[in-house]
Amino acid sequence: MVKGGVSMKLLSIDISKCTGCRACEYACSFAHTGEFNPLDSRIHINEFLDDFVFIPSVCTQCEDAYCVGVCPTHALTKNRETGVVEYDPNKCIVCKQCVIACPWGSIKLDHTGEKIIKCDLCGGDPECVKVCQAKALKFVEVEDVVLDKQHRNAVYYKEIVSAGGDTS
Amino acid sequence: MIKGGYMGKILRVNLTNGSIDIENINDSWARKYIGGRGYGTRIIMEEVDPKIDPLSEDNKVVIATGPLCSTMAPSSGRVMVITKGALNGAIACSNSGGHFGPELKRAGFDAVIIEGKAPNPVYLWINKNGIELRSAEHLWGKYTNETDEIMKKETHPEARTMEIGPAGEKLSLIANVMFDGHRAAGRTGVGAVVGSKNLKGIVVRGYLGVKVADKDAFLKACYKTRDILSKDAFSGGGGAKYGTAMLVNVINGVGGLPTRNAHDAYFPEAEKISGEMLTKKNLVRNEGCDSCPIACGRVTEIRDGKYKGEHGTGPEYESIWAFGAMCGVSDLNAIVMANYLCDRYGLDTISAGSTVACAMDLYESGYIPKEDVPFELKFGSPDALVESIRLMGEQNTEFGRLLAQGSYRLAEYYGHPEFSMSVKKQEFPAYDPRAIKGIGLEYATSNRGACHVRGYTVAAEVLGNVDRLKYEGKAELAKTFQDLTAALDSTGICLFTTFGLIGKNIAELYSAATGFECDETEFMRIGERIWNMERLFNIKAGFTKKDDTLPPRMLKEPIQTGPSKGEVEQLDKMLSDYYKVRGWDENGIPTKEKLKELEIEDLA
Repeated sequence: MVKGGVSMKLLSIDISKCTGCRACEYACSFAHTGEFNPLDSRIHINEFLDDFVFIPSVCTQCEDAYCVGVCPTHALTKNRETGVVEYDPNKCIVCKQCVIACPWGSIKLDHTGEKIIKCDLCGGDPECVKVCQAKALKFVEVEDVVLDKQHRNAVYYKEIVSAGGDTS
Repeated sequence: MIKGGYMGKILRVNLTNGSIDIENINDSWARKYIGGRGYGTRIIMEEVDPKIDPLSEDNKVVIATGPLCSTMAPSSGRVMVITKGALNGAIACSNSGGHFGPELKRAGFDAVIIEGKAPNPVYLWINKNGIELRSAEHLWGKYTNETDEIMKKETHPEARTMEIGPAGEKLSLIANVMFDGHRAAGRTGVGAVVGSKNLKGIVVRGYLGVKVADKDAFLKACYKTRDILSKDAFSGGGGAKYGTAMLVNVINGVGGLPTRNAHDAYFPEAEKISGEMLTKKNLVRNEGCDSCPIACGRVTEIRDGKYKGEHGTGPEYESIWAFGAMCGVSDLNAIVMANYLCDRYGLDTISAGSTVACAMDLYESGYIPKEDVPFELKFGSPDALVESIRLMGEQNTEFGRLLAQGSYRLAEYYGHPEFSMSVKKQEFPAYDPRAIKGIGLEYATSNRGACHVRGYTVAAEVLGNVDRLKYEGKAELAKTFQDLTAALDSTGICLFTTFGLIGKNIAELYSAATGFECDETEFMRIGERIWNMERLFNIKAGFTKKDDTLPPRMLKEPIQTGPSKGEVEQLDKMLSDYYKVRGWDENGIPTKEKLKELEIEDLA
């Protein structure tokens, strides 16, 4: 039995692992709308076919979010406990100011153009992460967000040092 | 009443008069033939006279998706091109991965029927604001990747494209249809049929969602199948790491890699062209098709030598074999380059490579006069390989035009059709029938000419526990794989899922998506129905028992070296067993009883 402790998880994205399969878009739209439609997915894969690079875009739940600041009806609020920028459709007037304000394009309009959609981390169990076979998407504790990257880089240095090399 | 999986509409475009019509899907056909390959073939059966010239205006092309396309079902991004094939006049269904199929579905269509012939080059633009034919005069002559890029610039940056290259425009009988400039529906010359209609491409941008009948059951089936795939050696990691090319060492290891136009079936230099070597020398990263957990696609580049700086995708195992072992070439960069060129020209890599191998064989045997070829066309020459592909793609010389018609026409022209390693004029792929007996039967009976993806018996004979050198049981094996694949191709799911999944798993996905009750037995029956329907088309087109055969070299010339040394293929007994297992008469014609059992007696 575990007692006490604090959990604060974030969606972590490893761009280099994304294969561009877009299963995350399907999982997201299905979880939120019951249909498979990438236009209704909160996560979006940007595709660069000249070099076959795939870059996911999704809300990173800003600490001081522009969308929250600009929302005239308090439909968008930051939940300090979960870290999620929450959206309440009942308060929303679809003025789209949040769409304009978000620098990343992470607040979207759905395929009808009549609804605001944004990532809610599926209440703490993101569907996009579950379906990502490449492990480009992970849901991890805050302190582990960049751990993979640091470790990958560290392995490179370790090899140099282990071989008696000089990294200075 | 269809509850999910289908969009319910079919788009019909007549290029002769420019008319565009939207029709309802035929519910009873959806139930009987699923979608994709099955449904598309049913349309061709209904609307195309099997006896016509495939390049005439009367031929039609169906571009079809399946009920599992644009969902979370694993590897469900296939799109199928169904027509009367240009290479041999048989029923043709060539399919491709990528993202076009799902996008087409989200534009609201389960399939598109293309008919007639446009007076001038056009492309079709399908999106929520409407459907229109646009001039493609400025695209005529462009490579497939250039065409993709320009069409997206002219329409929508996130649209998906289908296109032909210069090969399809010039009616090369081995021309393919490409998607997003880098995914191919390769075989049977479907690109020539599209080219004969003056259709340069299709651009589509969807906006609708795809519904499924039973959401909970479908989601459960998606995760169950994804989980199974994650535990298989290929679909759970090997495919992502080495791609399909991981088979080079495996197949060569059993002495089943056709080498130097199949004079042999063992390539001593296989290591140099293996998946492991491709990963080390050329791989940049892997790419996944729509909703695919396997992600076996290769993003590659050439880092040294005369083609340094070239980049693109592939090659797949079959392409490496065709340009490599089959031509005796062990220079991986040249193989990768040949693959890039074929993609740009819009040529089928298997047929292209095997045709070059056939030309090398004829040349070395003295049947092609030296003056016909502007270079030394010898086995093992990387330069001869790449230059031959250029001649084939450009078609600006007499020899290039001959190459572009495939190995059978080439060998026939020089008086030795037996040099063509083909069945029904289509080149066989990277598995030697002398070393893997069942695949020989499969080549001989494949409805589109020699092909491994109509019934991949290799999965059992090399990767599984079935003895590859025995003849017993191969008729049943071929039938099982053929029926399963016909049904699977109709759902829109990728054949590679069968590394882990069985018919039952796919039937579950299909049932949950559509609401059609379908267990494994029924799923296999649908596959058998599709297979028999294709056979009926071919019989009407004039194919007979004598076409169900293999190149004489497979039947008479023993493998010279390697683990399968001394083997030849004995086809006759397997073939007569196969006809019996299929419920066909001794001439390979489906019996009335069989057709009645399959509820297609009206198609005979």
